[in-house]
Amino acid sequence: MSNRWIVSIVLLVVAVGSVVFHLMTPWWSTPIASNWGQIDFTINLTFWITGVIYVAVILFMAWCVYKYRYRPDRRAEYEPENKKLEIWLTVGTTLGVAGLLAPGLIVWDKYVTVPKDASEVEVVGKQWEWSYRFPGKDGKLGKTAIRFINSDNPFGIDPKDPNGKDDILIEDTGITLPVGKSYKVLLRSIDVLHDFYVPQFRAKMDLVPGLVTYFWFTTTRRGTFDILCAELCGVGHHAMRGKVSVVSLADFQKYLGEQSTFEQSQKEARLRNEKKEKEKAAKRAVKDMKQTARN
Amino acid sequence: MADVGTVGLEQVPPAEVEEMELFHPKSFATKYIWSQDAKIIAVQYAGTAVAIGMVGLVLSWLMRLQLGFPESFSFISAKDYYQFITMHGMIMVIYLLTALFLGGFGNYLIPLMVGARDMVFPYVNMLSYWIFLLAVLVLMASWFVPGGPTGAGWTLYPPQAILSGTPGSNAGITLMLISLSLFIIGFTMGGLNYVVTVLQARTRGMTMMRLPLTVWGIFVATILALLAFPALFVGAVMMTLDKMLGTSFFMPAIVEMGQQLTYKGGSPLLFQHLFWFFGHPEVYIVALPAFGIVSDLISTHARRNIFGYRLMVWAIVVIGGLSFVVWAHHMYVSGMNPYFGFFFATTTLIIAVPTAIKVYNWVLTLWKGNIQLTLPMMFAIAFIITFLNGGITGLFLGNVIVDVPLSDTMFVVAHFHMVMGVAPILVIFGAIYHWFPLMTGRFLHTGLGKFHFWVTFLGAYLIYFPMHYLGFLGVPRRYYELKDTSFVPDSAADLNAFITVAALAVGFAQIVFICNIFWSAYKGKPSGKNPWKAASLEWQTPGLPPGHGNWGKELPVVYRWAYDYAVPGAKDDFIPQNVAPDQVEMDSDRKETAST
Repeated sequence: MSNRWIVSIVLLVVAVGSVVFHLMTPWWSTPIASNWGQIDFTINLTFWITGVIYVAVILFMAWCVYKYRYRPDRRAEYEPENKKLEIWLTVGTTLGVAGLLAPGLIVWDKYVTVPKDASEVEVVGKQWEWSYRFPGKDGKLGKTAIRFINSDNPFGIDPKDPNGKDDILIEDTGITLPVGKSYKVLLRSIDVLHDFYVPQFRAKMDLVPGLVTYFWFTTTRRGTFDILCAELCGVGHHAMRGKVSVVSLADFQKYLGEQSTFEQSQKEARLRNEKKEKEKAAKRAVKDMKQTARN
Repeated sequence: MADVGTVGLEQVPPAEVEEMELFHPKSFATKYIWSQDAKIIAVQYAGTAVAIGMVGLVLSWLMRLQLGFPESFSFISAKDYYQFITMHGMIMVIYLLTALFLGGFGNYLIPLMVGARDMVFPYVNMLSYWIFLLAVLVLMASWFVPGGPTGAGWTLYPPQAILSGTPGSNAGITLMLISLSLFIIGFTMGGLNYVVTVLQARTRGMTMMRLPLTVWGIFVATILALLAFPALFVGAVMMTLDKMLGTSFFMPAIVEMGQQLTYKGGSPLLFQHLFWFFGHPEVYIVALPAFGIVSDLISTHARRNIFGYRLMVWAIVVIGGLSFVVWAHHMYVSGMNPYFGFFFATTTLIIAVPTAIKVYNWVLTLWKGNIQLTLPMMFAIAFIITFLNGGITGLFLGNVIVDVPLSDTMFVVAHFHMVMGVAPILVIFGAIYHWFPLMTGRFLHTGLGKFHFWVTFLGAYLIYFPMHYLGFLGVPRRYYELKDTSFVPDSAADLNAFITVAALAVGFAQIVFICNIFWSAYKGKPSGKNPWKAASLEWQTPGLPPGHGNWGKELPVVYRWAYDYAVPGAKDDFIPQNVAPDQVEMDSDRKETAST
């Protein structure tokens, strides 16, 4: 049997040490770069409510272990139930839980309600890289389907959809966005489950092949932020990285102007293919001539 | 109940069911190998579960070596790492914890605690173990097939699990799914035994509300298993068909590495719903037996009745029921209909209430108790702390909006290890120190036990408590390596190294524990009968350890609940369940009670 001083003191150290660790830890949420500060608020509220209970219960246990240490000439108190105490504890816990759930659901309601003035941007995920698409001047993204995907049309945009012509394609693992704007991020996977996670934005959502999922956020400060895939997607999961650069509106317009549209990419693809066909035909002609000369 | 009882033998209702005819084995093989005795089957389950658990433990060391010292262990590739985390998770949750709690503790304790001679279907019970063993062997076989075992994560999500970008996407995933199906078949056989034995084979006088909480915990957990495992079974069959026959239950149209696949129209989310409809009750299948057992450890070693027994039973049942309507809290960012988030966050936070009540009642059993700081009690106290911690971090994740930044980060890994890996395992250790004397007539060595306790409890706390903060930072889970980021400080790498060292130390302590078990079985200090002076029935058998048929010629008769400790007026500080009122030695000199 262990000296009960040791056990009580260890329990004390665990409770106090955990609080001290929390207050002094260098590992904490990275500074936020979006409008979702309310998530941070809800987290802190949860820490307060649950932290008080955690410390209180452990300290109470430490005291009980000391005060009610075994003595052969003593007896425990025989008390199968204590209705009043049990009711108070149940009511108190219910109130504490409600105090967490209510603010949490209020913020969740905001999370699932996209503001009307949000622009759209699409994030496309595939094993193991990100690419992006803006709707272009018409403000509409062209329809896509898996069957349209090929090396000339990696985004799988329907060539017959007029809305797709001016879509701006970003075939790069990084994307640039303007500061101070709200975005509904449309998420599309062409192969497996992925998740688009930028810790500084707090918001994230899985990409599900066969569906288009979404989340929304507002950029609130400039900077460059890491994209981390947050749903195990195969052997390259940890390497599926990217960057979001949040810049001024002027810089963003410049950036957009430098990108090609779907229509341009289709033209380039056509020219490329025509050139290839010509080269192939020329090679064939030379081969035929040589053959004829030999005969 | 605040007296020694008034109902004598004549007033105890007669048995409702005829006494069962046991199989009487004659040869070594039928006694110890093809045994139908639940006590032997329990040891078989426990031995197999612990053996495969050691494989899971070694895998965790390999994972931690990679995470703690990413540049140093070049023999661990990304493919290896993902296979390690998958097998580690599946082994620990299903093949260790579920098998040990239900097949190990359930088989040994249920017949003894309810006053039966054995389980009600002994032949099927025997079969259930051999099917479990086959399931384990099939799972281990996946190490030896081309491509190796699956690396899809223990959650096995499609489409990735059966596509070439994930390790083991051919034979590996197929063997995993076959192994799980075998496991489920075996556990249905065992589960029927546990449930029907508790309902039908209780001895005279043993009403449901006189059962020890150990039985309630395992009983409700088994009901959960019987209802939840079919969802996993169905998901496994459908995924096998998608892989082998090219069906599209879970597979939408896909371009895989530049190739258009022939799948079309399937839903990856359907698998997730099926998996988690099983997966959430599964964690309660692990937790409820732990809750029940720890109640009995605390009350016995604090020499006090469990506080609020009726509410404890109610809480177990309500937690079990609610566990079926919270599953999609594992899917908050899955892309499912966002409005489901409101429903599941509400049910998830509601389930916190009965769970919290249980924590209060364990602590209130210590209050005004007469606490002996034996090893079972120490492990029980450590359980309360780590379960409180793990349960609280569950409140973070259950509140849907808080889960958004934290999901798929190390916060989740820290949470589920603390609440399911550390807390129930501490109960298992406490339970082994507690019931070892019943099974062997000897104590486990106390010095080695104290070493095991302190290193395990403090080491596990040092591993998982700081890990939550990596999650707050945004460090993802299931990453082979996290190369440079703009926001993770260098000190996080130091923390990872520290956690690895702590993990190896805790691992070493388990080897010491295993040695203690083998040594003490032969050389341990003799304990005599009922050394802890427990009131429950399993300690009252005529033989030590309990022999064939458990009770000798006559089944016991029960006159009281399992918690008559410190009954006012009684001479001893406990009254076993099978002691009739007129046999209780009364005490003329009142002793000092806790309240005076």
